[in-house]
Amino acid sequence: MRGAGWRGAVARGAGRASRLSGRGGTSIPGKVLLRLDPDAIATLSAGLPRRAAISATNGKTTTAAMAHAILARGGARLVHNSAGANMAGGIASTLLHGKGDTGLFEVDEFWLDGVVAQLRPQALLLANLFRDQLDRYGELESIADRWAQIVRTADPGTTLVLNADDPLVADLGRERWPAGAQAAKDSAQGAPGVLTFGVEDLSLATSGLQHASDSTHCRRCGAPYRYDAVFLGHQGHYHCEACGATRPHPDVTATDVHLDGVRGARFVLTTPAGSAPVSLPLPGLYNVYNALAAAALTHVLGAPLEDIVAGLHAVAPAFGRAETVSVGGRELSILLVKNPAGANEVLRTLALEEGEHDLFAVLNDNVADGRDVSWIWDADFEHLAPHLRRATCAGTRAPEMGLRLKYAGVPAERIVVVDDGLAAGLDRALQDGSGRLFALPTYTAMLSLREELTRRGVTGSSFG
Amino acid sequence: MPSPVLRVCALYPDLMNIYADRGNLLLLQQRCAWRGLGFQLTGAGLGDAIDPAAHDLFYMGGGQDRDQALCAQDLVDTKRDALHTAVDRGAVVLGVCGGYQLLGHSYELGDEHLPGVGLLDLRTVRHDGPRLIGNVAIEVDLPGAGRRIVAGFENHGGRTHLASGQAPLGRVLKGHGNTGESGAEGAICGSVLGTYIHGPLLPKNAWLADWLTERALGLDEPLAPLDDGMEDAAHASAKAAAGL
Repeated sequence: MRGAGWRGAVARGAGRASRLSGRGGTSIPGKVLLRLDPDAIATLSAGLPRRAAISATNGKTTTAAMAHAILARGGARLVHNSAGANMAGGIASTLLHGKGDTGLFEVDEFWLDGVVAQLRPQALLLANLFRDQLDRYGELESIADRWAQIVRTADPGTTLVLNADDPLVADLGRERWPAGAQAAKDSAQGAPGVLTFGVEDLSLATSGLQHASDSTHCRRCGAPYRYDAVFLGHQGHYHCEACGATRPHPDVTATDVHLDGVRGARFVLTTPAGSAPVSLPLPGLYNVYNALAAAALTHVLGAPLEDIVAGLHAVAPAFGRAETVSVGGRELSILLVKNPAGANEVLRTLALEEGEHDLFAVLNDNVADGRDVSWIWDADFEHLAPHLRRATCAGTRAPEMGLRLKYAGVPAERIVVVDDGLAAGLDRALQDGSGRLFALPTYTAMLSLREELTRRGVTGSSFG
Repeated sequence: MPSPVLRVCALYPDLMNIYADRGNLLLLQQRCAWRGLGFQLTGAGLGDAIDPAAHDLFYMGGGQDRDQALCAQDLVDTKRDALHTAVDRGAVVLGVCGGYQLLGHSYELGDEHLPGVGLLDLRTVRHDGPRLIGNVAIEVDLPGAGRRIVAGFENHGGRTHLASGQAPLGRVLKGHGNTGESGAEGAICGSVLGTYIHGPLLPKNAWLADWLTERALGLDEPLAPLDDGMEDAAHASAKAAAGL
């Protein structure tokens, strides 16, 4: 990568040194570089003709993987932080080492303002906001306020890609109207430089809002939204009866959606370029949303519909995002859970599968997981409880995971709590039963699980 | 004699629920079910009047700043008198985090003043310093229960100052507590309890769920014991996380 000069050389050296010392090193060179040159992201990314940024509480890594698969079909050479190092240091590192013509970055929701100011992406995807790690991120409203400021100050050349079904995100489109266009501000519909996506299949509506639902009150006037359909958390079809705010009519949609358990999903994708059936190898409505987001983002970047459909067909799961491996004679499907909204979608997807399930739930409370494990009580394990044959619980807070399942209605004799580490927990979970085992690890538990599987010689599409 | 029914009123369950507060309600509900006791849950939202004679236990959790402000005013306008009447006839009130703050006299957030219902003799002030976040354990001495540990997680920007005659709920063993300095955590006055400890509170301290239930139902005998092996393990895990 050109443009970083001696500072880049120093930073790359720091990265090599940290790798030699065994301390990972994904974001170390970037951190060093940003200390030497706070504008390094701007300098390095200026050489990339196309730049896109993705932020969300849930689905960043998977959505970026989908966008990667789509753009690669069009011959793009991608500079992409695919390993998930999504704070400023990780992005600077990716730029420092990468060579290509298209920058694709997932960005931590809290670091987004600084990164966007420097990256000046042609397309900025804001996909969803859910309650997540309150001890680390603070309240949802404060992130939404920060995002509104990003939208207000974003380069006029940046097209915003917004989730029409998430009121907290869709409402940001309003910030795009010039001052004075007050009447038009009453609806995000057709706001300049905004493309929205959403689900148009009412058969997917759930019976009501989930317990962990946020932003169910109008961001403009404070009155409760009225939902005609709830699809996922607080995402759905909504309007405010008090001030008239409505869900924007989406430009990119999914209709005729079929969820095929943990195997995948099918739907008809419609973009401004036309319609086509999509067969997605990733499961659950949450991945349909990720696919819509990736389709809308890559449409903005000029990808034709054929590439979008082919890319979505070809996408492989990122590690721990519904990846299945073979271990100890059993199939192990790994589904990351890290906050109530994400966990609920995983639980809902599992509940679609036939038969009784064996579960391996690994609850950690390291900093990257959130020290506060309260969130498990907001996730609807009740949906899964009737489908469980056995649940093995491990992780730093294993007993609390076990207790959560007991109060969700799983008989205590079906719950095994293993206190002495992930490897012992995995052994125990593999011994108890046959057929497929579903692992639900939190973030650092997922990393440990990957290490443990690698140690056992297991390989998967994302590692090995 | 028909078995008693625990009648719980959740205050603003849609707005004041940020720290998985439904876990507290779930503990109360399931433990009643396992003992053959009835359980009735009513939600009271913005604008809803409450009947002081219709509930044995009132619960209020935490909320985002904006939601807490909406609830504070509504609580004073539509529910304060009924809550005082309910407490006078022996109902239990439990406030956690934001709900705890609103049980006092007031919460000052810079220029903003949130009124409280005055069931506890305390005032809360938003502090410019860091939020008080982390695992926490306190020692409490509740009537009939003796000295016990309450463990969980705290995350609050407010500092709560107790009036000189106001008893804390417990003594901080690990963590921050009301102000980060006083060594006091929470507050208790008769059957009114407030605390910053979530996690949620009752799943990590099942014994406290039983104490509240006994008190709310006015039982003379302790509740029948349950097989609490998993509950005890979760309590131990929360204590260990706090460093006990």
